[in-house]
Amino acid sequence: MIVRIGLSSCGIAAGGLLVKEALAFAFEEEGLGWELQQTGCIGMCHYEPLVDVIHQDGSINTYGNVTVDTAREIVVAEMSGAALEKYRIATDREPNDCLAGQVRIALRNCGIIDPESIRDYTDRGGYQALQKALTRMTPQQVIEEIKISGLKGRGGAGFPTWFKWNATRQEPGDIKYLICNADEGDPGAFMDRSLLEGDPHAVLEGMIIAGYAIEATSGIVYGRAEYPLAIKRLGKAIGQARAQGMLGNKIMGSKFSFDISIKQGAGAFVCGEETALIASLEGERGMPRLKPPFPSQRGYWDKPTNINNVETLANVPWIIANGGESFAAMGTADSKGTKVFALAGRIKRGGLVEVPMGMPLREIIYGPGGGIKDDKRFKAVQLGGPSGGCIPEALLDTPVDYQSIKNTGAIMGSGGMVVMDETTCMVDLARYFLNFTQDESCGKCVPCRIGTKRMLEIMERLCAGEGQPGDIELLEMLGQQIMEGSLCGLGNSAPNPVLTTIRYFREEYETHIHDKKCPAKQCKALITYHIEADKCKGCTLCAKKCPVNCISGEAKKPHVIDQNLCTKCGTCLEVCPSKWSAVSVS
Amino acid sequence: MATIREIISSFRDKPGGIIEAYHAVQRECNFLPEETIPIAAEVFGLSEAQAYGVATFYSYLSVAPRGKYIIRMCESAPCHIAGADTLIKAFEDALGIKVGQTTADGKFSLELTECVGQCQGTPVITINSVPYVDLDPAQVETVLALCQ
Ligand SMILES: Cc1cc2nc3c(=O)[nH]c(=O)nc-3n(C[C@H](O)[C@H](O)[C@H](O)COP(=O)(O)O)c2cc1C
Ligand code: FES
Repeated sequence: MIVRIGLSSCGIAAGGLLVKEALAFAFEEEGLGWELQQTGCIGMCHYEPLVDVIHQDGSINTYGNVTVDTAREIVVAEMSGAALEKYRIATDREPNDCLAGQVRIALRNCGIIDPESIRDYTDRGGYQALQKALTRMTPQQVIEEIKISGLKGRGGAGFPTWFKWNATRQEPGDIKYLICNADEGDPGAFMDRSLLEGDPHAVLEGMIIAGYAIEATSGIVYGRAEYPLAIKRLGKAIGQARAQGMLGNKIMGSKFSFDISIKQGAGAFVCGEETALIASLEGERGMPRLKPPFPSQRGYWDKPTNINNVETLANVPWIIANGGESFAAMGTADSKGTKVFALAGRIKRGGLVEVPMGMPLREIIYGPGGGIKDDKRFKAVQLGGPSGGCIPEALLDTPVDYQSIKNTGAIMGSGGMVVMDETTCMVDLARYFLNFTQDESCGKCVPCRIGTKRMLEIMERLCAGEGQPGDIELLEMLGQQIMEGSLCGLGNSAPNPVLTTIRYFREEYETHIHDKKCPAKQCKALITYHIEADKCKGCTLCAKKCPVNCISGEAKKPHVIDQNLCTKCGTCLEVCPSKWSAVSVS
Repeated sequence: MATIREIISSFRDKPGGIIEAYHAVQRECNFLPEETIPIAAEVFGLSEAQAYGVATFYSYLSVAPRGKYIIRMCESAPCHIAGADTLIKAFEDALGIKVGQTTADGKFSLELTECVGQCQGTPVITINSVPYVDLDPAQVETVLALCQ
């Protein structure tokens, strides 16, 4: 018997290490020789810690939300040959609903193999694509195969991968670099982290194949400082690959030599932009520069450099092994293959899903995503992070392909989906995304540095109840100018969340400005809490819990909130027993 | 303990190694003490202004002293709609400091951060880069008690 536990950083944060200890302890106590294995994240983060019990005959029972106590119960039940139904969420024959409709290419090994074992990776066909490329394909043929696959960059811009490879390859020069962009920073996106933590060899194999195709001399992974586990596992994988001849001199007996190193970022979102990333790698402030010249012409230390995203690279070995046509057979005419989406926000099942391109948004959110938390009403989904836009309910049947998403005003971006329900204020949300880009603006160009600041000031005054007629038009005008005048993609897209929420939720902006009201009841300056005298039984709970002591009243008599002192923290609403529901917000 | 000069000098031969050198100094000292900047400038052949510019560009690097435990609270939109505001307030109240400050005993620093890629379990904080997810204000004391 093998017992496998999901130990990516999401599993660990959910208490996975304690569960692992509890399992080991139970094995010892019961005198069981069962093997305990670790794996990455299967994407069902809301069920974590996740434990798979794999039987001799290959059948699997999967248990979710395992705790130290239930770990023991599960072991005891499985010992007697029975499954513990109440905690079981899936079997090998009946996969969980979350996995229904998924097609896992980039995530093919995540949640299945031990990411720290190269053996596990090669057992599932790992490094066979590299072998095929090195022994049976010319670099030009590799590029041709990627061209057939239709693979586009998954890092945001969606540029055809083969084209970038070809451009770098055709540049003159003996020294060329291949960089893996692992600086994932879009709020709401975490697929690159999960890939690096769950299947680092897939990214390495993709890098080596890309390196071969462009005839690069070395590769660098630019990793986020906030992802220590990803960096650790990747470092270990590099060591293993070197020891087995997949990296270094004359890889797998071929004429191709290539090695990979890791460099850590230091916390700056803009360093995900490729020219800023290069500046950071060179030890400078991470500021973007004007393109052209493109990195393929003048990149790291002015040498031809190809930069690809983690997910893009993880797809590469599969394409080489299975042929570009198999990849192109999935998806739509302009968007081939699959895409990993990160589900976050007010969604029932937060996590990662990989689906064929072209699946309607609704199917993703209500299928693997399970719908809206607490069965509230869907309001909008923010796709593409701070560079993307809000898509309203009326457009929920939009297929996720590059063009259809673009037509809504959002972008595919890195695939982060932040789901909002009726309790989210769209003005407040747009303000938060803008706050992010304004904070992360490197300050090099004026439209982005000052323009986003001015836009943010307007958004702040809307939320503070000080909006003025004409503010919406001003936001639209400023937004347009920032998009046109900024130096890099950060500024070019920073106004998007504001512009798309104005486009789809204009009434909400108008209510903030003209009626000084927040329909979602989120903007503190625009709401008041009241205790309804006829409903209040005088239980004193709210008065006791109020952090600023602004609620007064005798026991068993209706209480009153002093509006001058109230900080609108909402505690009274939260603690008022539901049988009375005496606190209201307006 | 290696001196700051020794740490920085060990990156001398790495082109563009200044950020890695700063990371290494921070692993030792928790922040970049004042003498770091002139030494880094000398070792990497930069002006002090350039070396300082790099040190202050990145949010992970700090030229001000910080506590033993650095609590970073995510304020990005997904965490925001999950109630990060109240969580931030709860940490401020529990520690008696505001965001950006360090407790008098030098144990805790509170910082805001942008998304740390754990959005499956909002709201999120990290303590010395270890993520804690799905937190609610009632758990603040328990989390702080883990920092011993
Ligand atoms: C502000 C900004 C942030 C970016 N952040 C990332 C990132 O975190 N990860 C990423 O792969 N690409 C990011 N990009 C896109 C990169 O510049 C680049 O297009 C990408 O890494 C290319 O890889 P791909 O072709 O495989 O997508 C960002 C772009 C901008 C403008
Ligand atoms: S938004 Fe807070 S961790 Fe991603």
